[in-house]
Amino acid sequence: MLTTLTELTIVGILILTLFAVLGLVLVFMERKVSAYMQIRLGPNRVGYKGIAQTLADTIKLVVKEGLTPNGADKFLFNLAPFIVMFGAMLLMAPIPFARNSQIWDLNIGVLYITAVSSISVIGILMAGWSSNNKYSLLGAMRSGAQIVSYELSAGLAIISIVVLTGSLKISEIIASQETGWWIFRGHIPVLISFVIFIIAVTAETNRAPFDMAEAESELTAGFHTEYSGMRFALFFLAEYVNIFIVCAIGATLFLGGWMPFHIGNWAGFNHLMDFIPSSIWFFGKTFFLIFVIMWFRWTFPRLRIDQLLNLEWKYLLPIGMFNLLLMTIIAIMGWYF
Amino acid sequence: MGLGSLLMLIICGLAFAGGGIVLSNVLSRKSSNLQKGQAYECGVPTIGKSWVQFNVGYYLFALLFLIFDVELVFLYPWAVVVKEVGLPALIEIVIFLFILFLGFLYAHKKGALKWM
Repeated sequence: MLTTLTELTIVGILILTLFAVLGLVLVFMERKVSAYMQIRLGPNRVGYKGIAQTLADTIKLVVKEGLTPNGADKFLFNLAPFIVMFGAMLLMAPIPFARNSQIWDLNIGVLYITAVSSISVIGILMAGWSSNNKYSLLGAMRSGAQIVSYELSAGLAIISIVVLTGSLKISEIIASQETGWWIFRGHIPVLISFVIFIIAVTAETNRAPFDMAEAESELTAGFHTEYSGMRFALFFLAEYVNIFIVCAIGATLFLGGWMPFHIGNWAGFNHLMDFIPSSIWFFGKTFFLIFVIMWFRWTFPRLRIDQLLNLEWKYLLPIGMFNLLLMTIIAIMGWYF
Repeated sequence: MGLGSLLMLIICGLAFAGGGIVLSNVLSRKSSNLQKGQAYECGVPTIGKSWVQFNVGYYLFALLFLIFDVELVFLYPWAVVVKEVGLPALIEIVIFLFILFLGFLYAHKKGALKWM
């Protein structure tokens, strides 16, 4: 009992540290990637090449006054950041950070992920509604419609991998990729699922080109217009942590999680690849996907809300359903490598 | 680590968000101002309340989402056993998705997917 308690405490502290570090690193990465894509320098004054810039920003946000507007529903207004934070926290449970290091390897891991990832939309709707601000309400409504719509495509893409592995357990899904990652072994249907998954998670995390919820030029800041100081920082942090989580899930399902790059039964080559630690594989793949999502932001123009919903309901969802059937045929016939 | 880990994560979230807000309450300087508490609508005085009746379009999409999300939940147990069951599973899912697709076409025909 006592050992479990110590274990949980240590894991808890590690997770809190991970949250803080992820926030700092991802915000800095976002700013630097954006800067280099636009041929400018980005933050470069605080610390070496601007490394301490996010730290300075965090301190600024902490010492800012947290305002609550007069007309707001005070209870829900204060509750919303907590809900969003819980959503991000709970999603950390089934993420495989490295070999044998997973907080809870539950046997319905994939289902758990899809279930818990829809908590944050409640927080967003709550924040938008309770602010008593038209921009917030509009932003929250758009965000809600967008997140629930794209959840379907993400779910279908995830199920197509479950069809191949025959298990919902994260560790078994990773173990099934020992002879090669699914993206290489599963022919074209897996590639289609992967593309659908990436598009869907970009929309689910409210990233450009799907950032209707906080389109600066029309809605000021969307659902968190009225939030300031630390409460705003919590929304901001949860957003970046959510990007990390969805990319980690994508890396786990399609790119093998912490599994090194293996080719069939080339024992020598596989052994050589095993020398690179599994955590480096995991974080490498995850950060590659995060980079791709940041890349999207500076490549595609923002979609209008009707175009956004059209893309999901008239293209991605039917394609996803058809793709699932193709995948079933491939899985039953054993046509994958 | 079981359910305890979930409890731990919830406590972590509470500690992170609550601790941050309490810390910022302690550290921040407060000032009062008549206009500070007003809704931020880019300087223009707010007209009326924000809690008004809203576009029904969002409601339709929420309903459609509910239908398809339940469908997804049905697919999960199927997806786990499909490789063992083989061909019957494929035939069944074709029928299932076909019926669902008919419903989808109906919604499309009725104009539920069109933005108003």
